[in-house]
Amino acid sequence: MSMNIFGAEATEEKAENARLSSFVGALALGDLVKSTLGPKGMNKILQSGSTGDINVTNDGATILKAIQLDNAAAKILVNISKVQDDEVGDGTTSVCVLAAELLREAEKLIAMKIHPQTIVEGFRIASAAALQALEKAAIDNSADPAQFRQDLFNIARTTLSSKVLSQDKEYFANLAVDAVLRLKGSTDLDHIQIIKKVGEKLTDSYLDEGFILDKTIGINCPKRLENANILIANTSMDTDKIKIFGARVKVDSTGKLAELERAEREKMKAKVDAIAGHGINCFVNRQLIYNYPESLLADKGIVTIEHADFEGVERLSLVTGGEIVSTFDRPDLVKLGRCELIEEIMIGEDKLTKFSGVAAGEACTVVLRGSTSQMVDEAERSLHDALSVLSQTVKETRTVLGGGCAEMLMSVAVDNAARTVTGKKALAAEAFAHALRQIPTILADNAGYDSSDLVMKLRAAHYEGRMDAGLDMNEGTIGSMKALGVTESYKLKRQVVISASEAAEMIIRVDDILRATPRRREAV
Amino acid sequence: MAEPQAMYATDEYGRPFIILREQAKKTRTHGVQAIKSHILAARTVANVIRTSLGPRGLDKILISPDGDITVTNDGATILTQMEVEHQIAKLLVQLSRSQDDEIGDGTTGVVVLAGALLEQSEALLDRGIHPIRIADGFDRACVVAVEHLEKISDKVEFTLSDTSNLVKTAKTSLGSKIVSKEHDKFAEIAVDAVLAVADFERKDVPFDMIKVDGKVGGSLADTTLIKGVLVDKDFSHSQMPHSVRDAKIAILTCPFEPPRPKTKHKLDITSVEEYKLLREYEHDKFHDMIKRVKDTGANLVICQWGFDDEANHLLMQNDLPAVRWVGGPEIELIAIATQGRIVPRFEDLTAEKLGKAGIVREVSFGTTRDKMLVIEECANARTVTVFVRGSNKMIVDEAKRALHDALCAVRNLVVDNRVVYGGGAADISCALAVAKAADETPSIEQYAMRAFASALDAVPLALAENSGLPPIETLAEVKSRQVKEGNSVLGIDCMGRGDNDMKKQFVYDPLISKRQQYLLATQLVRAVLKIDDVIVAGQAEE
Repeated sequence: MSMNIFGAEATEEKAENARLSSFVGALALGDLVKSTLGPKGMNKILQSGSTGDINVTNDGATILKAIQLDNAAAKILVNISKVQDDEVGDGTTSVCVLAAELLREAEKLIAMKIHPQTIVEGFRIASAAALQALEKAAIDNSADPAQFRQDLFNIARTTLSSKVLSQDKEYFANLAVDAVLRLKGSTDLDHIQIIKKVGEKLTDSYLDEGFILDKTIGINCPKRLENANILIANTSMDTDKIKIFGARVKVDSTGKLAELERAEREKMKAKVDAIAGHGINCFVNRQLIYNYPESLLADKGIVTIEHADFEGVERLSLVTGGEIVSTFDRPDLVKLGRCELIEEIMIGEDKLTKFSGVAAGEACTVVLRGSTSQMVDEAERSLHDALSVLSQTVKETRTVLGGGCAEMLMSVAVDNAARTVTGKKALAAEAFAHALRQIPTILADNAGYDSSDLVMKLRAAHYEGRMDAGLDMNEGTIGSMKALGVTESYKLKRQVVISASEAAEMIIRVDDILRATPRRREAV
Repeated sequence: MAEPQAMYATDEYGRPFIILREQAKKTRTHGVQAIKSHILAARTVANVIRTSLGPRGLDKILISPDGDITVTNDGATILTQMEVEHQIAKLLVQLSRSQDDEIGDGTTGVVVLAGALLEQSEALLDRGIHPIRIADGFDRACVVAVEHLEKISDKVEFTLSDTSNLVKTAKTSLGSKIVSKEHDKFAEIAVDAVLAVADFERKDVPFDMIKVDGKVGGSLADTTLIKGVLVDKDFSHSQMPHSVRDAKIAILTCPFEPPRPKTKHKLDITSVEEYKLLREYEHDKFHDMIKRVKDTGANLVICQWGFDDEANHLLMQNDLPAVRWVGGPEIELIAIATQGRIVPRFEDLTAEKLGKAGIVREVSFGTTRDKMLVIEECANARTVTVFVRGSNKMIVDEAKRALHDALCAVRNLVVDNRVVYGGGAADISCALAVAKAADETPSIEQYAMRAFASALDAVPLALAENSGLPPIETLAEVKSRQVKEGNSVLGIDCMGRGDNDMKKQFVYDPLISKRQQYLLATQLVRAVLKIDDVIVAGQAEE
């Protein structure tokens, strides 16, 4: 009893079909990334269809970004994991798995003929209770710097333990904490430059005490310079074009052309003189420096570094305390960058420029080494996750315990809250608690332990009031997470619960999928 | 070279006939059959969005041709984004859009009502009643219903200090959306935003003063109302200060670049002197521009265009934080908020034309260097920005739509503070009134009027059905209670609160919204019933 009102190839999925398709999609995605969760999680190989490039990773966001999906609900999950990545930087797998588990529970409830809106209400009660419990359990150590550093270290270690760097997590955790503390509260991770060079082994990676610019010093310049006064510029060191619109050179004889050329050169020379007038011995430009000005500068004994890119220039200005300059008429107003030593160094086979003994040092460089490029790439992703989490923790200093402890804590709180709720909503709230318990279950499963046994022991421990109990993944037992130092950022955990429940709610509420005709693409 | 589409001819016996071009490719339906097929199409559309009605209605996922996803509960959005080909179905899409433009809320209800009216008219057609008579009857019934609406309407009192009633209306509007999680927060934001910009004397709410902006991250609970303007931009030079107190803002729509006359011209340099002169000119020009800005006492520059590197550095050197590439509508909003004038030329810049704001600051989000500028404590307090946060893109978009609906609902109350009760209460009451009027109508139209009365039941029926209640049973009970108690505020108890009194549950709809629904739906039905022939021209051969 209906007729086709849609365009050709546009489809509609209704009620049960629509729900089935969104649940199946979301669950499939959850199951896909589930095995990468936790310190004993496995990696995945992503092979690009077009180029055949291989990418080995266990970062949820990276995996999800790479898969092409045609399922609406799955796309929502991908989106939350991407947002999680942007917001906190880690927990991308957890958020996806938790949302999928919530939907798995919701599917059961819908099979019991409970109205989707009732489930949503139950989930809301539950997530509120969970967040409250989480907030209560959060500890703030920011007042005590030593303790706080320990917290950061623990967080970094926890984050890294599930990545390729887990073998050397202590080493990298220290590295990450040092790097983040160098930023002095800024959350702009662009200020931490990660230079990847294949070769040596992972533990040969280091945080440079100075700053390394992935550029070489210009030819004819000394490769080592002490007590450098640096002018950081963003200016064209080409023959300066006239910026007035429509201007062009029109001459009628070669003689005049030569004159003009000379005038151009003079202009360049004047500019170089102005630059030199700043009393510098090092000149770093974002854009290219052409041969003529380069030789002029070299004559004046100024070391030149060309084409340093936006990020490079910006970081350099942060490190050396100089400002980025584009006009050179007022040397008295320009703040120059300072550093004790500039030298060309070799990492592997590449030449780079190192600035040491820097004045401000609000940016830093991490050099990552590793045996294969996949290894280095994955190390970079892991380190990036750790750095993001740390930088966010510097802002929101509260921490919670990891190893399934926080999840179990929330699950207990939700269970308690569910008991006071009357009506069908209570069922949904209980389901939420169950879904939360799935996280430690998956953690244990991935490590090859008897998950049912462990999780029930863990739950019993929490009911007995051991609020710091969690899974000790090395021993396969229940242990105190506080003693083990398995700490996670409060913001991260909070965002996981919020995102997962909002996404699950969104998918549960859907009862109809309308698909427009896919846009035809020209065959390549 | 258009040939005539049809041609008149006679056969060998002199009988006339018409020859149509491309006969084989034309399709034609006519008479009752055409109307019936239209009714079927309209009902299909109504059925698609019927399940979205009410506080417990469900959402739809819409997948665009490029695979982008929209999750929504808003009738107008669903209908515009689903790819409808059928002509009559397109009419319904238009219908909900006009409700959206006019009122901003009740877009689902109007389509459900139109669908129900057409469904009812199908039975009348079977009885052999002429479509125009049906339409006439519907019109008459509509007049009765609208009059009755006014009779049962209630006035909602509110003042600037006591906005509780407005908040309740906003909550009704938001009840069916995903943001109901943060029900109170969103309702209050909507009310505050509308009241901040409303002009009570003219009873006007300029919507362009309310900007709704969103960014993924955080949760719905982090949504805030900013009394000022939010611009998705950052300062042009990374070393400029990140906040400016007591900002005096120069709002420019000219680039910080050497002038660029519109007429096509060529400037020929033929000698070294000219070259040098030009160089001087260029140099002076930059300094002149900065000086002009500086002389007015401005300490912040907002520019619609880009800056040259040189200009950028000069601005920084002269302690003039600047923002570049700010879009047209945003520039206007900033100008209104700060009471500055938009200056198109540097020569026109004076101290009076500067905008004023208490604080302009840069806020950053998350781990990617996302930055936004917040301009607050503006000279003109009547511009507000709602900044929506949410855990994913779809939720932010849906929250924005929901907020728009709520803003409209509150706006409607400011314009006209009469309300009717929701939850189907008004519809049931009107149905009763129309049915009564029908019995008193002597002509054939009484059948159509009765049909109209049954069609009005469609809204409460759908509400009950979506809430998981037995629809017919619930409606019958409420209806009989309305008659027995003579109480027009009884409706469907969607939320299972155990009370049918909509007044006590504070479920309101603005009167104009409901009235518009009835009028628009009736009009559309008349239009559909009047069509008795559809000729689809065949595609011309290529």
